[in-house]
Amino acid sequence: MSRRLEIPAAIAVGELAVRARGIGVQLDGKRILEGVDLDLHAGEVLALIGPNGAGKSTLLGVLSGDAALTTGTVEIAGVPLGDWHLQVLARQRAVLAQSNAVAFPFSVAEIVEMGRAPWRRTPLEGDDEPAVAEAMELTEVTRFAERAYPSLSGGERARASLARVLAQRTGIVMLDEPTAALDLKHQEAVLRIARERAAAGDAVVVVLHDLNLAAAYADRVALLADGRLHSAGAPEQVLTAETIAEVYQHPVEIVRHPRTGRAIVVPLRD
Amino acid sequence: MSTPASPRARRARAGLLALALLVALVIAALLSAGMGQLSASPVEVLATLLKQVGIDLGVVPEGPNVEAALTTIRFPRVVMSIVIGAALAVAGLLMQAIFGNPLAEPGVVGVSSGAAVGACSAIVFNLTFFGEWTVPVLAFGAGLAVTLLVYGLSRAGGRTEVVTLLLTGIALNAFCGAALALLTFLGDTSAREQIVFWQLGSLNGSMWQQVLVVLPFVLVGLTGAAFLARRLDLLALGEKSARHLGVNVEVLRVTAIVLTALLVGAAVAFAGIIAFVGLVIPHLMRMILGPAHGPLLITSTLGGALLLTVGDLIARTAVPFADLPIGMLTSLVGGPFFFWLLRRSRQRAGGWG
Repeated sequence: MSRRLEIPAAIAVGELAVRARGIGVQLDGKRILEGVDLDLHAGEVLALIGPNGAGKSTLLGVLSGDAALTTGTVEIAGVPLGDWHLQVLARQRAVLAQSNAVAFPFSVAEIVEMGRAPWRRTPLEGDDEPAVAEAMELTEVTRFAERAYPSLSGGERARASLARVLAQRTGIVMLDEPTAALDLKHQEAVLRIARERAAAGDAVVVVLHDLNLAAAYADRVALLADGRLHSAGAPEQVLTAETIAEVYQHPVEIVRHPRTGRAIVVPLRD
Repeated sequence: MSTPASPRARRARAGLLALALLVALVIAALLSAGMGQLSASPVEVLATLLKQVGIDLGVVPEGPNVEAALTTIRFPRVVMSIVIGAALAVAGLLMQAIFGNPLAEPGVVGVSSGAAVGACSAIVFNLTFFGEWTVPVLAFGAGLAVTLLVYGLSRAGGRTEVVTLLLTGIALNAFCGAALALLTFLGDTSAREQIVFWQLGSLNGSMWQQVLVVLPFVLVGLTGAAFLARRLDLLALGEKSARHLGVNVEVLRVTAIVLTALLVGAAVAFAGIIAFVGLVIPHLMRMILGPAHGPLLITSTLGGALLLTVGDLIARTAVPFADLPIGMLTSLVGGPFFFWLLRRSRQRAGGWG
């Protein structure tokens, strides 16, 4: 079998899916990221949080291979990112970008089918139909499957793009602010899907703005501040009133949910 | 028109359209071969054609020299219109896919104007180092060189920005326009006349020799485009998402641009500038079939061939004893179509910004 039709081995739960060390990114002499170490394990949801301009999306771009590194290394399943064949890598990790404009009026079904492109001519090509149907079911886009993508609302587009990423059925899933355009119900749905994927053994890293979503759904959170990794760990360790007040420069209170015990971040308001 | 529901329905519609276009193309070609200053019935045309491949129907065209005129003048011209029409339509489709914009035309990246400068230099300076092939060879070479230059200039950090690419194309087109004006100024009267007619575009005087030179280029271009079709679909998701799905975007772009230069350069070299085929045909096909590039490629090939065959027939027969420049005709029809496209896109999606 030729190199480009290789199917990457599944990563065992708890093993390192993504390993980033000493990540530094400079753009036009401006430091965007510096000295960031990050691990993502199979079977966990890792949330990247931090204020605007902290470098969350750039960090995700580094992990997905979009942003050029100034210093540091990224390994996917133990193999340096640069050594991956693009097509094989596309069977190992899927990425949902922040903006998802589509140039021509493809139907939603066609867009989701594109998520199966990396599997063409591999033995798993037969999964195309169920994978597409399942992804569209999960994101509730089946109802407008035949509509042209550019005619959809922002939230519908975001869900259709997410369906494409899910249909790719990869062991590593990277989501850049997947909840930004969504209503409450679909925000919860997206993170529930992320949790289900992690429970099934996949590694999920997701950039989030909403600290409460991060607290409720993430196994671990990584808090970025001014291009550096401020802290990383379980939500209850990282999301303390002092830390958040310091990083976001706004005083907050942390209360515990009476039933789940999960942290809820409440900004102090007059 | 909306994209049909299931993948099967989409394929069926594409197949039906391709068949209809093929039938129309055959009819148009037979009609075109028999009409003009020298006329022959479709049956006579068919009989002459079949005789060439060794099947004798026993029908001989009336009038002296009709058979010879058909085989040496008319047939190569009809074949040339088919080949060039297909080449221009597919080149347009490729550029639109690369730019992610249905308004992109091969002329935008500078192939046409580059080719014009090459061809006109040969005419003005009486260059003959490739014998009678000097004009077409220089046209093709210069078109390709300009295209690669545009691409080289608009690349930064190993990636290409679509906006920069388009703007560089505009700047280079302006420069080539000035070079063309200078050449027209420098040339003597006969050279000027040649330049003007070459810029208008015409299939008049097509010869088998020329067809045989163009055909391999166009076949390579069409075959190459067929291999890119699926990846071009993914490119519609944007460069990043296409890369996340395993597409080597840079390689895809370079390949598509070289294929475009090959197709347009080869077409332009013998027939001059024939604009808007690459705009109108892919757009019409997209309206009927939706934007997937596989079916678009097949139907655009046939549609472009049909359009130019019919266009050439009109150019030859609209005014008695005159051969209108076909480039003028296509622009006359294509220009208003372009305006309509602009208006329609503005109404639907607020324009292209």
